[in-house]
Amino acid sequence: MSEGAKRGWRDLPAGALILEAGNAERYFTGDWRTQRPVIDLQKCTHCMLCWFFCPDSAIRVSQAKVEGVDLDHCKGCGICAAVCPVKIRAISMVEETQALRAGKDRE
Amino acid sequence: MTRVVALTGNQAAAEAMRQIRPEVCAAYPITPSTQVMETFAQFVADGRVDTELIPVESEHSAMSACVGAAAAGARVMTATSSQGLALMHEVLYVASGLRLPVVMAVATRALSAPINIHGDHSDAMGSRDAGWIQLYAEDAQEVYDTLLQAVRIAEHPQVLLPVMVCFDGFTTSHTIERLVILEDAEARAFVGEYQPAHPLLDLKRPVTYGPLVLPDYYTEIKRQQREAMDHAPGVIREVGKAFGERFGRFYGLLEAFHLQDAEVALLLMGSAAGTVKGVVEGLRQEGIKAGVLRLRAFRPIPAREVAAALAPLKAVAVLDRADSVGSPGGPLFTDLRAALGELPVRPRMVDYVYGLGGRDLLPEDVRRVYSRLVRLAAGEGEDEAVCQYLTVREAPRPLSPVGGA
Ligand code: SF4
Ligand code: SF4
Repeated sequence: MSEGAKRGWRDLPAGALILEAGNAERYFTGDWRTQRPVIDLQKCTHCMLCWFFCPDSAIRVSQAKVEGVDLDHCKGCGICAAVCPVKIRAISMVEETQALRAGKDRE
Repeated sequence: MTRVVALTGNQAAAEAMRQIRPEVCAAYPITPSTQVMETFAQFVADGRVDTELIPVESEHSAMSACVGAAAAGARVMTATSSQGLALMHEVLYVASGLRLPVVMAVATRALSAPINIHGDHSDAMGSRDAGWIQLYAEDAQEVYDTLLQAVRIAEHPQVLLPVMVCFDGFTTSHTIERLVILEDAEARAFVGEYQPAHPLLDLKRPVTYGPLVLPDYYTEIKRQQREAMDHAPGVIREVGKAFGERFGRFYGLLEAFHLQDAEVALLLMGSAAGTVKGVVEGLRQEGIKAGVLRLRAFRPIPAREVAAALAPLKAVAVLDRADSVGSPGGPLFTDLRAALGELPVRPRMVDYVYGLGGRDLLPEDVRRVYSRLVRLAAGEGEDEAVCQYLTVREAPRPLSPVGGA
């Protein structure tokens, strides 16, 4: 669906058909997350295990370096935190409510 | 050029299907609708129609195959009854939810237990909330005519909903009647070609059918279904009128019989309307202002039209050929009472459950109902229940030499 707005019933395809191929990226799967991964980029060795295992392709990577998390699609499953090598533990899972509150405090 | 023929309701349905030439039929036999697909299978075997006929192992599979074929872009038809319709139940919602215009002939029959193969409306009433349009035919001619119309109604771009054409098991499905059959070319021209908007087999425009839809969109998709059903009354009327203009037999949402100046009336669906009309002819000769309102459409329920037709009356009785135990009355009664609820002045309204498991509705039963209505219309008080069983044996009755209830 289009970014930023959800279409009303009159504008949706009848029968919930999806009329374009490859548009899953535009469906934000991140809105029911209860925990979010926070990556400490100081600790990260860019081994790419989290990127490889993330079921929603939500680890943002550029030039073979981990940059952060795509929160529109991250569903908070915690797999990335679990696979991050034990010695490094660069990813911690933070309660979404706390993260949102912290975000608000910054405003 | 038309042909006058003698056919059962089932054969009339098969004849309509042969002329419609659906691309796919998937079916599983069940009494009393078996003869629809049996006759149609013979047409296929004889090369009189080029439909892909898929014999499957159950009605659940039948409707599943219909859904798949319809999503692929085919025009699809099938037939069933009773337990078969019940077994399809889950997939009925898939057909309507995916907005696939499947058309199904339903020879209505009682549901088990106790097991019974005869006619009543319990099966169709069980699927009244499945999002299908339900049209009820009175006789074989109407079965034939309605199936031709049903395809156009289902495929109308503002509707796109599956349609059941219901007719009474045995009474209509197995009785041979005289009816008029159109020329193949005329029937075919009336039905027209199907242009599916999003066929799954169109590889140039790939689409996804049946994605998971969570709380953020499910409500919107259901709201679309209500909108489509809200368009159905207009389309049913429009197609019934177009059919009449071409072939001389007009159809709408309702059929009113002697209702214009009536004070009392019966409301019902299906084949029993014939018996009731006969009784009304007699009552009219006796000076009783009796009428009949037969509903052809039950889903969508023509609430506004029924309310307008009944507003001037003094007393009406609904005849329900299925019960909804635990509710204030049968399914037709509760819907129609709600439909009349908006009227500032309403006729008195009672309900009778009749004809269960194929029990006959006799003219004397109908007369008994009109007698009560006449008393109610005269403002007489009574302590009778609003909803009653019309032909139930309250006490032992000696066996009569000719049988009977
Ligand atoms: S929490 Fe799950 S979805 Fe989110 S980035 Fe980690 S692995 Fe991907
Ligand atoms: S698994 Fe850990 S160390 Fe490896 S790239 Fe991801 S965050 Fe960095």
